[in-house]
Amino acid sequence: MTMTDVLLAVDHLKIRVGANGPLAVNDLSFTIAPGEIVALVGESGSGKTMAARAAIGLLPPPLENCGGQVRFQGHDLGSLTPEQLRQLRGAKIGMVFQEPMVSLNPSMSIGEQMAEGLRLHTKLSDAQIRERSLEMLGHIGIKDAERCLAAFPHEFSGGMRQRIMLASVMLLRPALLIADEPTTALDCLAQLDVLKLMLDLTREQGTAILFISHDLSLVARYADKVVVMREGRAVEQGTIEQILLAPKAEYTRQLLEALPRRGTLAALPKADGPLLTVKDVCIEHPGPRSLWGRSQFKRVVHSANLTIAPGETLALVGGSGSGKTTLGRAIVGLNSPCSGAIEFEGVDILKAGNREHRLQCQMIFQDPYSSLDPRMRIGDILAEPLRHVPGMTSEQRRERVTKTLLDIGLAEQFVERFPHQLSGGQRQRVAIGRALVRHPRLVIADEPISALDMTIQKQILELFERLQAQYGFACLFISHDLAAVERIAHRVAVMSEGRVVEMGARDEIFDRPQHPYTRKLLAAASSLEKLENGGYRIRQGPVPLAL
Amino acid sequence: MNKPLPAAPEVLLPAPVHAPRSWRVPPLNALIGAILLALLLSMALIGLVWTPHDPLALNLMARLQAPTAAHWLGTDEYGRDVLSRLMIGAHTSLWVSVLTVTLAITAGTLLGLLAGFMRGWVDRCLMMVNDALLAFPGILLALGLMAIIGPSLYGIVLALSIAYTPSVVRVVRGTVLSLREKEFVEASRVIGNSELYTMLRHIAPNCVAPVCVLATSMFGWAILAESSLSFLGLGVPPPAATWGNMLAASRPYIATASWLGLFPGIGIAMALLAFNLCGDALRDRLDPRMSK
Repeated sequence: MTMTDVLLAVDHLKIRVGANGPLAVNDLSFTIAPGEIVALVGESGSGKTMAARAAIGLLPPPLENCGGQVRFQGHDLGSLTPEQLRQLRGAKIGMVFQEPMVSLNPSMSIGEQMAEGLRLHTKLSDAQIRERSLEMLGHIGIKDAERCLAAFPHEFSGGMRQRIMLASVMLLRPALLIADEPTTALDCLAQLDVLKLMLDLTREQGTAILFISHDLSLVARYADKVVVMREGRAVEQGTIEQILLAPKAEYTRQLLEALPRRGTLAALPKADGPLLTVKDVCIEHPGPRSLWGRSQFKRVVHSANLTIAPGETLALVGGSGSGKTTLGRAIVGLNSPCSGAIEFEGVDILKAGNREHRLQCQMIFQDPYSSLDPRMRIGDILAEPLRHVPGMTSEQRRERVTKTLLDIGLAEQFVERFPHQLSGGQRQRVAIGRALVRHPRLVIADEPISALDMTIQKQILELFERLQAQYGFACLFISHDLAAVERIAHRVAVMSEGRVVEMGARDEIFDRPQHPYTRKLLAAASSLEKLENGGYRIRQGPVPLAL
Repeated sequence: MNKPLPAAPEVLLPAPVHAPRSWRVPPLNALIGAILLALLLSMALIGLVWTPHDPLALNLMARLQAPTAAHWLGTDEYGRDVLSRLMIGAHTSLWVSVLTVTLAITAGTLLGLLAGFMRGWVDRCLMMVNDALLAFPGILLALGLMAIIGPSLYGIVLALSIAYTPSVVRVVRGTVLSLREKEFVEASRVIGNSELYTMLRHIAPNCVAPVCVLATSMFGWAILAESSLSFLGLGVPPPAATWGNMLAASRPYIATASWLGLFPGIGIAMALLAFNLCGDALRDRLDPRMSK
């Protein structure tokens, strides 16, 4: 291989945590050709981000490069001076981060942030910089580019910010773009949008991409080459076709296997009426208020109608800001609708006061890192809901907690542990246990798996299914992850801009979507399907994907 | 049901290895803090029952003596034994600061919880008064209050705790505001816990760490402020000894009898150091995340 057809070569790279610490990256080698898209795939802690940071010489302090080489356009990065490295960053290697909410400086206008790189790395005048910025903003489809330059990051949505971030990085025409989970924080429509833009811009300029992601099905759509990482090692690498059609490593197969697929569902018990009925519910959030005046209310849910039968799983899907979480929170009484009725077992909970029905109706939150009280032991967390069960002795409570721990697959010793000692998956198990310990009839699960790794997601979904079969609770599963929904939901309701636009049986919705929004959502979701020979391919949805 | 599902999971996840809290060797700075604090406390306690000389006995024959075998730390301008007065003074100074901090922390935490949790007009009224109080420098506020109350030990305690409460309220309210957005607080509500229970069981305990840090630095401020007030003649009235009024009295003799100011000064510095070191150690111990 000659120097010219390799842009970035990582050669037996080793990264250590501290002088005698464990290896974060162990003997990693891969190359990127100009214009090529290479994906580093792995779960959290696999060292993929650290490997990418080594490629721009930006390892955070306790980590150090302790072996191997990173060569960019033939230069060994280890031999460059800090000054030379600085000139490389931005100008030749651009980087886009995961969190659009924090990667733009909130106190600088968009124009200033876009100009920063150009001012550092080029000799353009201010007027030229402005012209280039405007041109780029127009190019990425921002209508009022003049106004956008003067605006501040908080005025834009997450997807828009990520587009702007991308634009300001690509403005310098780097030869390599490092994208670290660039769309993980976005819903699937914004995700498609940003990735499409990234592809357009890089194709135009011939930029190579080092794409870091945990999502194989997403990577499958865009990458030329894939490096699968686990615990700092590359367990497998090859072209995307090789990886998908004939995965060799056991771990790659595990990752592919972890992608949720449509399964057969447990039959529903016969029931006379619905467990929960949501009738014409409207919810408003108070908007910004003037100094003395009343605040302007913003309607986030427009007369929503839903029913959930006993034991049934209804999935509520939609993009971010569609009002699905707001509606879910209203059902457990965390916010109150301004009109309409929510009936639980035929009783209107808005009129009857919601203390009684809360015993039967529990919620699982999205973020397992903030949903458990850091100062309480797991045993106390699980026992807490039992305070409200009338006539339960402390002996019975202890028994129930032990039983619940067994149910959620945790050993008995967990009773004594604090949440910070648990992994994300274990914490989410505890959160599920807390919701189920009182044996409720309805559980609202608000994005319960989206903060977890792929293989952990699979375990949690399996656990959830098993517990549902065991206890027969109904579930409102709020998610933007269509693959997970397809796996566990009986019925699906699609929300867009505060309205339920379509509701029906799962197979109906997934195979014959009616509403344009549902079609868009399904087309944006990436999923893989298993072939008979054990390989995988990208699934074509009911609507062809327009890329 | 289409496929039989196992009633219990096949594999139970093992619990992470849990090192029980042990009395391993505490970190060095905690150790130093504890030793200093123990020295101070024993000095104050011994001073209550026994001092080498009567701290109030005048002996004009032996005034302004440098440290000797009879008077280890020398004598002051009235010939009183400095060591004895230092021991009595330690008691007064510590007592004032402990009372002040306890009062300020209790009142501040209660008001802060109230403001943070109730929000609305309760919050607005409380914070308006609070911010007005915060606008005065603490020592100035205490001075003004002392002028009204008149110099006495409990007057100082009252004045200083009123001066310090607002900063506690601010810290606690801020912590509560950020905590109440956390999902575990919402989870508590969904479980059916009352607002009061949620506040006491989930929010208040999580305020302990910042309050702890504040309390320890406040001990230092209180000792200093008591000294300053005494120095200005508004503190505990003479002839009772405090480190502050000893320091104040030593001022005219600083050139001829430097030990007079030196020893109370060292006392104050040591007390500050002890409280700060112990406070840091305490915060680390109270936070379950710090135990591995």
